[in-house]
Order: sequence, then C-alpha cells, then structure tokens
Amino acid sequence: MNGMEILSPGILSLIQDSGRRGYYRLGLTDGGPMDPRAHSLCNRLLQNEARAATVEVTLGGLEIEAGVDTWICVTGAPVPLTINGNERPRWQVLQVKAGDRIALGHAESGCRAYLGVADGFRIAPVFGSCSTVMREGLGGLNGSRLQTGDRLPCAAVAERTPLRLPPGQQPRYPRGVTLRVVPGYQSEHFPRLQQRQFFSCPFSVSQRADRMGYRLEGPTIGCDIEGILSEGICQGAIQIPADGQPIVLLNDRQTIGGYPKIGSALSLDCAQLAQQTPGAPVYFTPINQHAAHNALHLAEVYETNRQLQEYRL
Amino acid sequence: MKIHSAGENALIVYLGDAPGQEVAARVSALVCALPEALGEHLIDIIPSYASLLVVYDALATDHMHVRRRIASVTLDAESDEGSGRCVALPVYYSEESGADLNTVASRAGLSVSDVIELHSATEYRVYAIGFAPGFAYLGELDERLKIPRLKTPRQRVPRGAVAIADRQTAVYPAVSPGGWNLIGSCPTRMFDPGRDPSMPVAVGDRVRFKPISREEFLRAGGEL
Repeated sequence: MNGMEILSPGILSLIQDSGRRGYYRLGLTDGGPMDPRAHSLCNRLLQNEARAATVEVTLGGLEIEAGVDTWICVTGAPVPLTINGNERPRWQVLQVKAGDRIALGHAESGCRAYLGVADGFRIAPVFGSCSTVMREGLGGLNGSRLQTGDRLPCAAVAERTPLRLPPGQQPRYPRGVTLRVVPGYQSEHFPRLQQRQFFSCPFSVSQRADRMGYRLEGPTIGCDIEGILSEGICQGAIQIPADGQPIVLLNDRQTIGGYPKIGSALSLDCAQLAQQTPGAPVYFTPINQHAAHNALHLAEVYETNRQLQEYRL
Repeated sequence: MKIHSAGENALIVYLGDAPGQEVAARVSALVCALPEALGEHLIDIIPSYASLLVVYDALATDHMHVRRRIASVTLDAESDEGSGRCVALPVYYSEESGADLNTVASRAGLSVSDVIELHSATEYRVYAIGFAPGFAYLGELDERLKIPRLKTPRQRVPRGAVAIADRQTAVYPAVSPGGWNLIGSCPTRMFDPGRDPSMPVAVGDRVRFKPISREEFLRAGGEL
C-alpha cells in the first residue's frame, strides 16, 4: 500500500491545506485550517510548502497505518501521540516505517490537532485547494470527512532534517479566550448600552460550535434593526440574530447573509476560539483597525523569527 | 458610496439601501474597477444587492490605502458590464416538481398557469451568489408573486428546485435544507465542479425562465 490508511477517523478528521482563495464569485467559502498557526508550524517542521495538506483532527481519536517509510509531525491541541503503542513527542518530526501504526488519543485541552507528513498528502485540488468543506461537498477525498479504510496518498521520503519546536516555544491551549474585535458593518445599529454589555459580559461556547461558526451563549444583545439586505461576510464576522446570541463566523461560513453584524474578531483570536470546546468562557474587547493591523504584523514577525531546533535522532 | 470597516482585512462598500437595477449596475461597475484599482493587494470581492465586501492583503497594505483607492474609483454605471448576457433556464413547473406551486397560486389569488406565466415573463438579474456554491439570488420577482419564506424550512430541498421568497427567485444548485417556496424544477446544473465554467450564470447576468414539459424535462436530464 502507498500512503497512509485510515484505521479509525476519530470524531472528525478532515484534509486541510491553507484554504481556498478567489472563488467567492461562485459562493465558495475559504475552508482551510481552523488553527492556521498550528497547521503552518506542522508544515514548517516537516520542511514542506506552507500550504501542504495535513489532516485536521477534531478532539482526537485518529488512527492510521503508514504504508511507506516517511516522516510525520503532530501539532496543535495536546493529543497523546503513540507510534506502535509507544508514546512520542508532538511538535517534532518523527520517522515512521511502512506498517507503523500512528494513533492520536483525545485532547487534554484544546480542540484541534494537525497531522502532517513529509511533502504533504497528495490530494487532487478542487478550485485550487484540497481543503475539505463538508457543507459544499468539496475537497478531501470526495468532499467528505475521512472514513475507515480511506487511503491518503503520500510519497516515501528517506531524508528529512529532524526538527522540533523547543518545549518553551510550544503554543499552549488554555480554556477560554478574549476575542479582539474590530467594530464595523452594522455596529452603529447596536445601541451604546448593548455594545457595553457585549464588550463587558462573559459569554460561553455553546454546543453549536463547528467549522461554520461558534454560537455563543450569554446576555441577549439587542440591535435596532432585525435584518439587513444580504451582504458579504468576512472571516471572524460576529453576527447577532434575533435571539441576541452572537455567532462568530469561521472558515466554513456562508459567504453571504442577512443578519446584523457588530464587527469582526481578529484572525489570530479566531484560531484560539477554534481550540475551545462547549462551556469555555469567551470575552470580547474592541480594538481599532490600526491596532488590528499592528497585531497582525507583530504576529507575522514573531512567526518569521521563530527558531526551529534540530535534534539528534 | 459609504465605506465601512468590516474586519482586519476587509472593508464593505455600500452603494445604496435597497435592491434595484441602478444600484446593481453600480455594484457591477465597482466589481470591474477594483482589480485595477487595488492590483495584487486585492484578495477577493463578494458583491451583493447593494454592497461589496472587499478583502485585501493586510500584510501588504492597510485599510487607509484601500479606502482611498476604492473612493477614487469613478463609477460609470452607464457601461453596465452585467447587462450583456441573458441566460435561458428551462423549468418544468408542476406540483410534482414544485411542491408549493398550488399553495403559491392560492395565496396569490391566481391560477397555476398565471403563476407560471408571471414567473417566466420576467427578465431577472443575478444580484448575488452565495448561501451555497452556485446559489444565485435572482430579482426581482413580480410583485403579485411576493410570498414569505416557509415558517419551517425543509430539511431537504432537491437539486434543481426552482423557488421563490419575498421578491427573489433561485434554483437550488444541490440538495440542501431550504425555506423558499418550490414551484418547479430546472434540469440545468447550476454548479458542477467538474465543468468549466462551473456555473451557467455570474453576478450581473440576466436570466429568463422557459417553461418546458415533463418529457422535455426528463430528456434534459431532470430527475423527479
């Protein structure tokens, strides 16, 4: 067998590259990794192209068998990783041989982990990307989640520098997140008192939290308009439907909608939100567009300067 | 033109408050002008009834520059790029292919053949594409056919279903949940990832529905 065979997909495992871009005119959404930093670090450690396809594992439980000799890496939420039953470190390039069984346990904290392979999984792109968007039936092997018996093509790779992210640099996945929000869209239609409530009260992640969006529970936020003429929705937009409970719209969102929006959460914080599970506390804090711009640049500089460490096999 | 902040790398441009041909022409004109105005800083655009969401590369430029570039575009709605193409979509109108046809007729106080006549006599404009891949919002429906969405949306609307809601109409590109009123079925695939182009229509195009018989519908590949 070539590539990797899925022995068990766990709760939800999806092929994700860096996402689909440039097809809003067909109504196609972005898709892509919910935690882009964990996805790109996985590829950097493996010395892959930044957009190479990995498997996004939600909550854990993925088991696969290697069909070739190659290298793997697991990043993101802390899921216990074993190869043939032996515990192995995450955030580190690991050699695997044909026949090895790789298993991810369940996340101790966080929600989404990424399993990458040297040179990436070789999946045919649709509309420029192999990211799976289940709602659209696009990407992955056939537009759907990975299933037992699926085979993920990947090349046999003999040589790879064994890199790791030093433990002190590994991202942590605490419960709870504060989302920095750039006010915008219909924010002026939210009365001052409602805005204060929105930016000062705690919310929590509801059971209805998935790749399309995270619906939150908390105080009811009122808006002086009920619906709007349908318009484009960007990543992180915070929609407040008639029930007053915010929904933070994420990677698999619809591209057009008619509910009022108070603004949009910073992408850096959306990635943290995507690592939260139901019940986790969520706060909002307003920032202006200059501050958002600076935050993006600082994060970019930080990632560029991040040193990966070579270790002895 | 009003430009509002939308997110860390997005601005939303409002060109009017209500849907209509004139606003739509301005939206189309801005869609055409933006690639040149923003160059490689432009990531993508989502045009809709009276607005455009402009997504830009926030690591290469900033909102002030993008705002200025957008504001500098002179909108020449006279050269309405969208007005050129008219696409004909065949529809088999019937109760068996459109479960709400009789309800729509009785609520509007019209006969079924009047509903078909009114729906297929209008030349629609594609105002927006979204909701699902290939879902084109078409307007405006004849005032007499105006009808609210279903109170309880259907779990499963078949592919090709021709539906109406408020003063809009659309063809469902794939099986999905949906709350619009079904009046017929169109055998033309509205979204086919394997084909190029993958959609028969684009924002700004015109659409006209052409009534066909059950036999023609089945011959064209329609499924009941």
